[in-house]
Order: sequence, then structure tokens, then C-alpha cells
Amino acid sequence: MPDLLIELFSEEIPARMQRRAADDLKKFVTDGMVEAGLTYAWAGAFSTPRRLTLTVEGVLAASPATVEERKGPRADAPKTAIEGFLRGAGLTRDQLEERETPKGAVLFARIEKAGRPAAEIIGEVLEKTIRSFPWPKSMRWGAGSLRWVRPLHSILCILSDEAGTEVVPLEVDGITAGDTTAGHRFMAPDRFSVVNFEDYTAKLKRAYVVLDPEERAEAIWHDATNMAFASGLEVVEDKGLLAEVAGLVEWPVVLMGRIADDFLELPPEVLQTSMKEHQKFFSVRNPKTGRIERFITVANRETADNGATILAGNEKVLSARLADAKFFWENDLRVARAGMEPWLEQLKHVTFHAKLGTQAERIDRIAALARELAPVVGADADQAERAARLAKADLSSEMVYEFPELQGLMGRYYIEASGEGAAIAAAAEEHYSPLGPSDEVPTAPVSVVVALADKIDTLTGFWAIDEKPTGSKDPFALRRAALGVIRLVLENDIRLSLQNKYQRSGKLRPFFAAFVKHVSDHLDQVAAQNRENVSSFLADLQAGHQVSDPQISALVDSMKSTTLMPEWRAVVASATIDLLSFLHDRLKVYLRDQGIRHDIIDACIAMEGNDDLTLLVKRARALSDVLKTEDGENLIQGFKRANNILTQAQEADGVEYSYGADPKFAETKEERALFEALDQAEAQIAPAMEKQDFATAMAALAALRAPIDAFFEAVKINADNATVRRNRLNLLSRITTLCTSVADLTRIEG
Amino acid sequence: MSQTSDAPKSFQEIILRLQTYWAAKGCAILQPYDMEVGAGTFHPATTLRSLGTQAWAAAYVQPSRRPTDGRYGENPNRLQHYYQYQVLIKPSPPDLQELYLGSLAAIGIDMGLHDIRFVEDDWESPTLGAWGLGWEVWCDGMEVSQFTYFQQVGGHDCHPVSGELTYGLERLAMYVLGVDHVMDMPFNDPSPRRGADGKEVSPIALSYGDVFKQTEEEYARWNFDTADTDVLLRQFNEAEAHCREILEAPQDDPKTGKRIIMVHPAYDQCIKASHMFNLLDARGVISVTERQAYIGRVRALAKLCADAFVQTEAGGWQPDSAA
Repeated sequence: MPDLLIELFSEEIPARMQRRAADDLKKFVTDGMVEAGLTYAWAGAFSTPRRLTLTVEGVLAASPATVEERKGPRADAPKTAIEGFLRGAGLTRDQLEERETPKGAVLFARIEKAGRPAAEIIGEVLEKTIRSFPWPKSMRWGAGSLRWVRPLHSILCILSDEAGTEVVPLEVDGITAGDTTAGHRFMAPDRFSVVNFEDYTAKLKRAYVVLDPEERAEAIWHDATNMAFASGLEVVEDKGLLAEVAGLVEWPVVLMGRIADDFLELPPEVLQTSMKEHQKFFSVRNPKTGRIERFITVANRETADNGATILAGNEKVLSARLADAKFFWENDLRVARAGMEPWLEQLKHVTFHAKLGTQAERIDRIAALARELAPVVGADADQAERAARLAKADLSSEMVYEFPELQGLMGRYYIEASGEGAAIAAAAEEHYSPLGPSDEVPTAPVSVVVALADKIDTLTGFWAIDEKPTGSKDPFALRRAALGVIRLVLENDIRLSLQNKYQRSGKLRPFFAAFVKHVSDHLDQVAAQNRENVSSFLADLQAGHQVSDPQISALVDSMKSTTLMPEWRAVVASATIDLLSFLHDRLKVYLRDQGIRHDIIDACIAMEGNDDLTLLVKRARALSDVLKTEDGENLIQGFKRANNILTQAQEADGVEYSYGADPKFAETKEERALFEALDQAEAQIAPAMEKQDFATAMAALAALRAPIDAFFEAVKINADNATVRRNRLNLLSRITTLCTSVADLTRIEG
Repeated sequence: MSQTSDAPKSFQEIILRLQTYWAAKGCAILQPYDMEVGAGTFHPATTLRSLGTQAWAAAYVQPSRRPTDGRYGENPNRLQHYYQYQVLIKPSPPDLQELYLGSLAAIGIDMGLHDIRFVEDDWESPTLGAWGLGWEVWCDGMEVSQFTYFQQVGGHDCHPVSGELTYGLERLAMYVLGVDHVMDMPFNDPSPRRGADGKEVSPIALSYGDVFKQTEEEYARWNFDTADTDVLLRQFNEAEAHCREILEAPQDDPKTGKRIIMVHPAYDQCIKASHMFNLLDARGVISVTERQAYIGRVRALAKLCADAFVQTEAGGWQPDSAA
């Protein structure tokens, strides 16, 4: 069976697109082949900056012949119907077979399709693949209309076996497939022909091209670490950079260069970021001092001077870059040491979002919220507010303007330089965290407070202007912010009721507080078309629309003062409820990954205090644990049985059986036992719930399993004696009441 | 850069070699456009000529102005006035990369010793409503050129596609000449020449600083602190209005009876508006939100000019296609 080799040779393909493109080439070509009946044994795809290569081994020489039988109309059907069928089948009347069926004589067609040679199929499949290739961005060139990631220059497409090599006939927009390719752009630019994959890779290597990106990456890493090790240093690992650099070269040559002494005092992160972002250099660290002292660059060729000219050039470019960074660092330090006022002032002119005001206004809100949150988290209120005020100051710094990814980190350096305390400096760096499911969650109280306040302000703000995530669109990363709130609260074991709904008076209500602030800020900008039409105004307000009438203030004042207040509050309330349910959805995703079922979370969300996430999760974990035990699982069955019987009886009788079960009407020992068990369980559960000790409460509940089972086994609920029946139904009610006092077990599935 | 006997000795020699090289490759060597522009792309020989179906090949030096980059001539490589070398060939030839590499060899970069790389960099000009795909070209880690296949200009798809090369001349020359500060770069060749009598004559050696240090200071002060923003703003608005008026004029010239669409005069006003915007930006009077609006206004003019250009003969319009 022949092997197939395809190479699409082009101008330089962006490094970030190469891997995916090789995979797509493999997928589209092999899928197309299989669809046409051309199976194969194995396929592999590779990429370099200038080529995508696919090797397919053990391809069928031709697709197998097929026979299809098609049932047609009855033999006595109208002529037009029969003609239509013949057209579809591509046959003539005398080629059809007439078969007797229960419906009479019916015509059958036997359509035979001969197999097709592999080259023919592959030619078609490859052309289609090239013409419809899913590049993230593609272009045209010259006078042609073909699209590729960069101009496509040649196509190599051969089938080879013991007998020889055959070029697959194919032409795409003037590019005719052949059996040749070219080597390294500078070191071996001549074209040469190849006979199969083995020959191809061997000749490429002689022409200074390493085909396999993994092999290039391994070679780079191997040489880089060895070179660093020989100088007593270590390379800072960066897998993303390694993959990118491997996609920039066909013949990697690793070179290690020096960083001029002038720049060694820069923060290591600045050195690393500048070298990586601008130059795609690896950082080389001195393990003893932790300082970054050298760099590794990867050239695409060997030279007569062993890379001396290349290295000298790279060192020079780096010096110019670092001179910039040093200039920014020194300018920034001057501002930082003088207290950072100009930076804060500048943030008054930076819009955060057209409807949510400037960064400075946002910082004011976060600072106020941080002050309120501080006691809950155990931070000092003054410190928390100060930290919130300074946490975003570095956004105005020159360094962060140049390297946005250093935000927060530079804040920490600059706040340290300003002489503020370490806790405030740390908050600047940590308040953006966590940035994702695996990012570390801050634990220092001041950092936690600012991180929470930042995220709550973001969430409530975008909810107030109705910019919620929809489907896959989440331009303001609100899902990430919600997960951030969840992880900050849970991993720091913070007890905090986020909204006001179930909140006893006098306690903190961060959602509500933040919303009130947003909505009243908003009212100042928004206007009503019609003073009488308050509800439509409120609808607009809720939808985040800006209506233009500067006379709004009066209306707002009147609303705030008296009768309209409830409606205004309703807007806030509905948004807070909606936001909380969004948070609950994110929580379900988060807990699902930890093995807690969504119905268990639903059962707990249905309980009071569901805006206290720590409490909610504690309850969910306890319930999840107990449901994993045999008693727990069976208790649910018992509960459901009790609940079903009770509900049916209540519907049938039109009465609510809710209390008054009395052991004196108990007839059997199982019934009396259940009374006793319930007494015991209630005695344990009530105080446990008071202490929010869900594990104890759930265990007490699970202990009811045996007496409930025994009760159902021995007792007929719908007894003939009405008093006994009523008593038993009331007893069932005791069971369901007790069970649902712990979690809403009606929501548990199964 | 290691010096070889073939190495150029001055800034101007590098420019001359590029001119000679691209002339030999068939480009028309044009002169700079006589207006203030932010980049060589603004020259109508690029912006307008990349539109329509007519073939085109041109190369030129274009003085470019970026008021916000002014550093009073003190920064080693930032200037508010600098030179770009620009090549535009339509349709882009299949060997454009090789032609480009040949130009590097022509200015003394030895391909055997240096590491030349094509690193993804997609070009976009929001003010011109233009974008393309290509690379920045690295020589030993330094960006020496921008290489772009134009896909769209002034909102029009490019058919055929132009290949555009832009060299930042000062940076490239500093690298080739081994100079660390732009102001120290020899503008002309400082080495002695033989006079008519066979004796050595010292030339009047001029550095880049001799030519431009003072102007960098003057413009930096003016750009940042003293340019009259009311005047600039008025000129922006006038240029914008004028551009539209010119294009709204009837196509048929009553005096000559000819069909004359005044694209280039209108485009001059677009260039002027763009430069006024850059100056206003350097004066710090444009807020972040306003910025987008200004850019959008210039883009609208560029688009109108592009629409008009494809209605001219240079833009591929033919009398018989009028129907």
C-alpha cells in the first residue's frame, strides 16, 4: 500500500498558527480521504515557519468498488415517475430489475460504482482543503484570488511505494503539485526532489531544516539549559515562549548573551517581560542570587563566526530596549517616592467605561466598599481604604503603559518605594487575583478586601448598566470576576452576606451598597422624558439606557425623598437578585469541578442565607457527604416516599397535615420507634443548625433512615381508622419538615 | 555591524544604495510628497496607487512626522521627524521576499553573518481604513523593516494586492553604520578624498545631529507646548470640510469640458487633517474618547478619497465602463 506525503510551502507562517494548521491539514485531508473510501494506517503532521507537512502511511491504492441498491416506483407507475427514477440512478429501463413485492411489481436499480485511484481522490481532497483552509486570518497576494496565511509557493504531493513515486496531479491557482521542496532560506535555498517521507526528512535535515517542531523545541531547551548550566546559571522556564521560538526557526542555534551591568538593578520581572515580549529571549537566572543576569536567544542559522555578529546585534538591541525600561523605571520611582499624586490625578481623565465613569470614580467606590468590608475580613479599615486608593495608581506609570501585563506588580514596587506599608504594597499586586480557576487566591486580609471590593464593584457596575455576559460573549470578563468573588470568599472562609434579602438590619450589605451607589450615580446622568412616566424611566434606568434631559436632578431628589423610593429600590433589588443567581450559576460550575452535584447545590441554594457563599458551600459539602453514605442515599428514598404520600393525601383531602402527630395514636412498635427517633433527631438537629454544624445535623438526619424504612415496612399509612391515618400523615409531615430544615431535599434527583 | 570594504559610510549612502537597488529592480524612483505626513504610507503613491487595477511600482524616501515622539534630539533613536524608505509594487511579485533580502545585501548586510527573520506583524492604519498581513523583519533581533501585503485601503479590497516595504531609515542606518546615538550618525562620508592636486582634502563632515539636532529641539518645544491649539483645531475642521467640498464638485470641468475628479487635492486635505490631529494629540488636548472620534473623521475622508480615486483612470476607471 502506498504512503502519501504532502508539503505546502509558503512564506513565513505566524508561529502561533503553525501547530493548529498542521492539525487541521491532517484532519481535513484524512477525513476527506476516508469519506471517499480511502482508508489509511497512520497519519502525522508537522510544521516549520515555511511549511505544513502531512505524511499518511498505508493508504489504499484505490477506493473499493461499491454497489448500491435503490428501490424505485412500481412497474406500472406513470412514465414520468419511472423516468425521474432512471435519471436519478443514471440507468436505462432495461437495466432495472422488476421484483414482486406485497405491493405488486416494483422496480429496483443496482448502481455500481467502480473504485477510484488514490491519486484522483487525494488531488480533489487536497485542493478542497487548500481552498477552504480555516486560517484564523488569511490573505490574497499578487493578482490571484487564492487565500492562504501568507503567499503559497509550492505544493509537494506524492504517493510512493516499493514500485516508485508518483506525483499526485493537482493544480491550485497556477501552483502545480510536484515532488520538490526547498531547504533553509539562507543555508540551503536550492530546490530538490524527494521520493518518500523518510527521504524528505533526511534531505531536509541535510538542507538545515528540522521538520518536527517538538524536535526543534527539545533541541533548543537542551542546548539552552546546558549552556546556562555550564556558567552555573539556569534558564527560566517558559513553555509558551519555547513553542513560539520553535515556530520561528527551521534550524535552531542557541546563543547566550550578557545583560549590561547597568540594567541588573531593574526588577527581574521587568527584565523578563521586556526580553520576552520584544525580543523573544529566554531569561537566564543566577540561582544563588535569584537575579536575571543573561539571556538566551535562538538564531535561525549557523554562521562562520559562530554567531558572534548575531549575538552582538542582539545585545545591542536589548541594551536599547532596557535603556527605555530603565528610563521608565527611574521616572516612575521619582513619582512614586513623591507620593504618586500625579498618577491618581491622571486617573481622573481615564474612562473606565462610558456609563461607569472614570478610573478615579471607580477607585472612590472601591475604597468606600473596602472600608466597609475590612472588618468582615479582619483587616484594618484605614489600611484597606488606603490600599484600595493606591492599588491602581500604577496604571498611570510609564512602565505599565509600555508593559500592561506588569500592572499590579509595578504597583507593588512603586508603593514600596513610596514608603507605604508592605500590606498596602502587596494589595496592589494581589488585588487582581485570582485571574482564573488555577490562579492563587490572596490570603493577606488587606489584599483580600481590595480584591473583593474591586470585583464586587465590577459586577454590580455592569449589572446596573445591564451589560451582562450573554452566551459566549463576556467582554468585561464578568464570569472571571464572579469566580474571583467565589474563590476569595470560600478559600478565605469569609462569612459575608452579599445581598440584603435575608440580611438582618445593621449588617453589611455589599451588593446592595454597591448597587445603590451605581444606580444613584447613574441617576445623576440619566433623565426622564416624562416626569409622570416613572415606571418607564425606571425600566430605562434598569436597562442602562441614557436618556437625555439635564433636569433629572429634581426628579431624582423627589424620587429619593418620598413615594418613588420603593420603585427605585425595586430596580436595585431585582438587579441584586439577578446578580446573585449569576453568582450561584458560577458556583455550580466551580463545585461541579470539585465533584459536588448541581442538584445538591440547588437543594442548598433554596435555603435561607444563600448569599453567604461560605455557609452555602458548607451546607452543600455536608449534604454531598451524607448522600454518599448508604444511609444518606436511602434516607432520600424514605423522604421522597413520605413527601409523595403526604402531598397526594393533602391534595385528595384538601387539608394540610402539618402538625399534631401524637405517639399515643401509634399502633405498632415501628411507629413508636419512629416517634422516638424523630424526637432524638430534632433534639440534635436544632442546636446543630443553630451552630451551622451541618455535618452533625446531616448525620442525625441520616440516622433516621432505619426507623423510617422500618416504619414504611410495617405500617399502612392510609389506615381505615381516620384518626390513625391523620396521625400517620402528620408524622410524615414531621419527617419532611425536619428533612427540609437542613436542605431542600425535594430538589435532590434520583 | 562588522565593517567590510563594501560597507556604506554614511546615512545618505544607505539611501542612495536603496534608490539604486530598487531602480535596478524596475521601480520608479519618486520624490518625497511635499506635505507633512505621519508615515510613508500616506504618500498618494502608496495610499491611492494601491487602489484599483493598474499595475504600479514605485520607491521613495518620505520624511515623516510623529509629533508625540519628539525628545528634543536627546533620545538615541526617537525623533519627531524621521525618514522612511517606502517601496510599493502592485501586483506583489512572487519573489518579493528575495527582492527585499537583496536590498539588505545592497546596503552592506552580509546574509552569511546575520540572522534575518520574518516575524508576524499585521499592519493596520485606522486613520486610512487600511490593513494588511505581513511581518516585521528582524535582523539580529532588531526590527529593520515592515513587510505588508495590502488587503484593504480606504475601505476597498485591494485587487490586485500590493506588496509594501517600509524601512525605518535612521534605525536601519544606525545599525549598519554601528552608531549608538542617531545624532552621532555621519550624514555624509567623513573620510578624506583626493583633491585635483592629488592631496587629501578633508570634507565638510556633517553628522545627523548637525543637520537635525536644532530642528528636533524647535519642533519638540512647538509640538508639545506652544502650537496654538485653537488654530490647529480650526485647520482640522477646515481641512475636513474642504476635502468633502472638493469631492462634491461635479466631475465634468465646465472650463475644459473634461471629466476631472479632483482626488489628489481632496486627499491633500485629508493628509492635512491627519497631521493636525497628530499635532493636537501631541499637545495633549484630545481625550481618550475623543481620540477615536477624530481618527474616525480622518478615516471617513480617506475613504471618500479612495471611493473617488477608483473612479479615475489612474484608479482603473475606463470611459467605456462608465455605463
